[in-house]
Amino acid sequence: MKHQIRFTVNGDEYVVAVDPRRTLNEVLRDDLNLTGTKLGCGTGDCGACTVIVEDRTVSSCLTLAVSVNGKAVRTVEGLAPSGEELHPIQEAFVKTGAIQCGFCTSGMEMAAAHLLSRNPSPGEEEIRAGLSGHLCRCTGYNQIVEAVSVAAEAMRNSKTEEVKG
Amino acid sequence: MKRFSIIGKDVPRTDAATKARGSAIYTDDMKLPGMLHGRLLRSPFAHALIKHIDTSKAASLPGVKCVITAEDTPKIKYGNWRLFPETQDEYALAVEKVRFIGDEVAAVCAIDKDTAEEALDLIEVEYEDLPAVFDVASSMQPGAPVIHDYCPTNISVNRKIKYGDVEKGFADSDYVREDVFTVHGVSHAYLEPCSALAQVDLDGRITLWTSTQVPYIVQCLLASTLGMRENDIRVIKPYVGGGFGGKMELRAWEFCAALMAKMTGRPVKFTLSREEEFLAGRRRHPMTIHSKVGFRKDGTLTAKDLKIRLDGGAYNAMGPTATFLCGNFGAMLYRYPNYRFHGEHVYTNKPPASAMRGFGAPQSLYATEIQMNIAAEALGIDPVDLRIKNAQVSGDEIPDVAVISSCGFVESIKAVAEMSEWKEKRKNLKPGHGIGIGCYSFISGGVFNWFNTQYPFSAAEVRVFSDGTAHLLSMASDIGQGSDTVLKQILAEELGLRMEDIRITVADTSMTPQADLGAWGSRVTLMAGNAVIDAARKIKEQIFGSVSARFNLNVIHELECKDGRVQSKVKSDYGLSFGEAVAMAQKANRGEPIVARGSYTPRDKGLVTPAFGFGAQVAEVEVDRETGLVEVKHMWTAHDCGTVINPRSVEGQLAGSIQMGLGYALSEQFVMDGGKTLNTNFADYKMPMATDMPPSDVVHIDTYEPEGPMGAKEAGEGLASPTAPAISDAVYHAVGYRCMDLPITPEKILEDLEKMSETGDKQA
Repeated sequence: MKHQIRFTVNGDEYVVAVDPRRTLNEVLRDDLNLTGTKLGCGTGDCGACTVIVEDRTVSSCLTLAVSVNGKAVRTVEGLAPSGEELHPIQEAFVKTGAIQCGFCTSGMEMAAAHLLSRNPSPGEEEIRAGLSGHLCRCTGYNQIVEAVSVAAEAMRNSKTEEVKG
Repeated sequence: MKRFSIIGKDVPRTDAATKARGSAIYTDDMKLPGMLHGRLLRSPFAHALIKHIDTSKAASLPGVKCVITAEDTPKIKYGNWRLFPETQDEYALAVEKVRFIGDEVAAVCAIDKDTAEEALDLIEVEYEDLPAVFDVASSMQPGAPVIHDYCPTNISVNRKIKYGDVEKGFADSDYVREDVFTVHGVSHAYLEPCSALAQVDLDGRITLWTSTQVPYIVQCLLASTLGMRENDIRVIKPYVGGGFGGKMELRAWEFCAALMAKMTGRPVKFTLSREEEFLAGRRRHPMTIHSKVGFRKDGTLTAKDLKIRLDGGAYNAMGPTATFLCGNFGAMLYRYPNYRFHGEHVYTNKPPASAMRGFGAPQSLYATEIQMNIAAEALGIDPVDLRIKNAQVSGDEIPDVAVISSCGFVESIKAVAEMSEWKEKRKNLKPGHGIGIGCYSFISGGVFNWFNTQYPFSAAEVRVFSDGTAHLLSMASDIGQGSDTVLKQILAEELGLRMEDIRITVADTSMTPQADLGAWGSRVTLMAGNAVIDAARKIKEQIFGSVSARFNLNVIHELECKDGRVQSKVKSDYGLSFGEAVAMAQKANRGEPIVARGSYTPRDKGLVTPAFGFGAQVAEVEVDRETGLVEVKHMWTAHDCGTVINPRSVEGQLAGSIQMGLGYALSEQFVMDGGKTLNTNFADYKMPMATDMPPSDVVHIDTYEPEGPMGAKEAGEGLASPTAPAISDAVYHAVGYRCMDLPITPEKILEDLEKMSETGDKQA
């Protein structure tokens, strides 16, 4: 028996009929073709599938699609303002070398977006703690930590400019 | 030293923005019209005869389009060591018997994943359980169960290296030390689970998109196992989410996707679950290492006798190479005037081990480095001084193996000792704190042609255009290490162009030049890089003529490509923009485009590698005597990778190596019950997280490798080796526990501390 759910992803509204067992990860990737969200383990351990639902980060591989009915989902595809520009977090990931194979990247960026929305000036330990639910096998995390710190600064500066402007 | 304009600069990676956006397409992100979903049925037995398989119920489940067993395949064996066909021991789907838990027995494809999964349960297999062996010692016993009929001893590879007179060396020694080390298996744990998607073109060609490090090897072996011609197979490597050696062979799902696409006429995709990756995936070789070394009183090495048994699991995979390399690495770092190695690759009924970052070095060098520290203590010499005394230097020859062309090893040891304040800390640390050292050497690609390729080891094609741009085509595989960026940097430097002037097409066996052996053994920068330079120089030959003619230059003028221009080296106003020079050359060619093919094959470079990287690492740890927990407080690294082409990328790889080395030393291991892997998820397989990483300092030692492109050589893979011995030595320094069997766990430390307190043999 399929359930009809209505939710938004990055501001776009979708109405999808889903089997109750289907995960948000499957619906995003298979039904909506939003493949920026990855599937690394399926058990909520690696963080590669992280998306933001309302104001919480969730493992989309463990989140049933029916549970996001009526809610707002944000994925990596919703970060960049356009095809020409990157989000400051993405900019920082590119600049600092935080991306190698790239498979953990979208989850890391979503974790960073969530962290910075709550704490615009996180210290190194807070950043590491904020990323601790995310595995990376390539970078040793250091450049990712640096990227979040660089992004935080850029976002603070642009806020200041906005206020001034 | 040469001055560069793009080499050595922090150029952002070519693929970073698309990966940052989430728009980079990995294999499992792909979907084709009519695509079917495949699943593999795996053996629940470690060793069993397949008496009967009934697929009829599965095949009749609505939505199932195809079910196959070995009976539906040509039953042709494969393996990477094509030069020695007897080593090719694997079938895509098991024929007559299974040899490990997870061995692939059958495959289904269906209209969706759930139906495919359901169909697996409907396949009925009748097994006859056979006695199995799970460790090397049992497998080598006379009368042990034979795993492969062709190999009654279960020892599939024997490798011997010998030079000098080992017995005489030991007789001349003042101190001889003999130890047995055991090192364990760990997972590559790349974040992207393996995936493959196959489609049949209208004329019968198979296109396979697959998460691989070796598109060319997959093309060749897929062709031979399907009984097709190589040109009937096109392999494309999309973005790959890491490999570390775990994706460098033809795999069952690639074969099944291709065959089932052919049988059904529809695209077929297989994507493994993380559980399958851990349960049946390749892993680093566990080894038993028997090492005997001799020294004179003054610390001079006299001889080494090394015997290594590799636990290969059920198939050879890349085990033969690991068997060769652990013996070669045993002779590296220090000057052993007399050396003997005997390596044996032994079958067991466990998931096959294969290549993994370091390729035999992390195991072999663990023994080397721990023994150096044991010997240093016994001889009363500082471990740093003992290393410097015996260290290999440029020009050293390892008989029959290689000559070391560039070597910054001594400089690395000195630099790391200085950075870490070794001398003071080794004497004056707080109780429970310790500092230790580990070193490495690694290859820059292999020389020995085990795959028996009929093509150059690496190739490149360069096309240049009158708009001032270039197009680079290469079969080299960027699997996340950043080789596409590095190859672009090399071409941009050679042609005097900017990064944005270069387009790149890679890793498509039908479009990119034959051939490239793949991304493994730290070969891509050196080999594909040299091929790019070769092609670029041929381009220059073609366009220099037009500038020379245009300005009526004396034939002795040297020309150069610089800052987007082609010009006389001494009078830069005698020159044209790169695009104008190309346009003139093309006109002179009556419209024929300016294209060149370059290649690289190591020749007259011994049997191992054209160039070696070196380095040293120091770890500082704190050990909690109550809990046995080890906290790594700091890591210092000094390494010699020749010219650093992209500093950010190299630093990123080094930090990644430390993460993997930390896991290897302290937390990662497969928990096995006989042949069954019990920890098949990331909650139970303990990989270091962001909060586990110690602060770290790095220096690059400045050397120039004459055989490397722009002086570059291996970076980042060799560093898989020193972290575990450095941490291990630091733990010993802290609490007196000497780890002879990795990993270092709290249980082992506490047990040892208890023993020490019983015997009163206590370290401060």
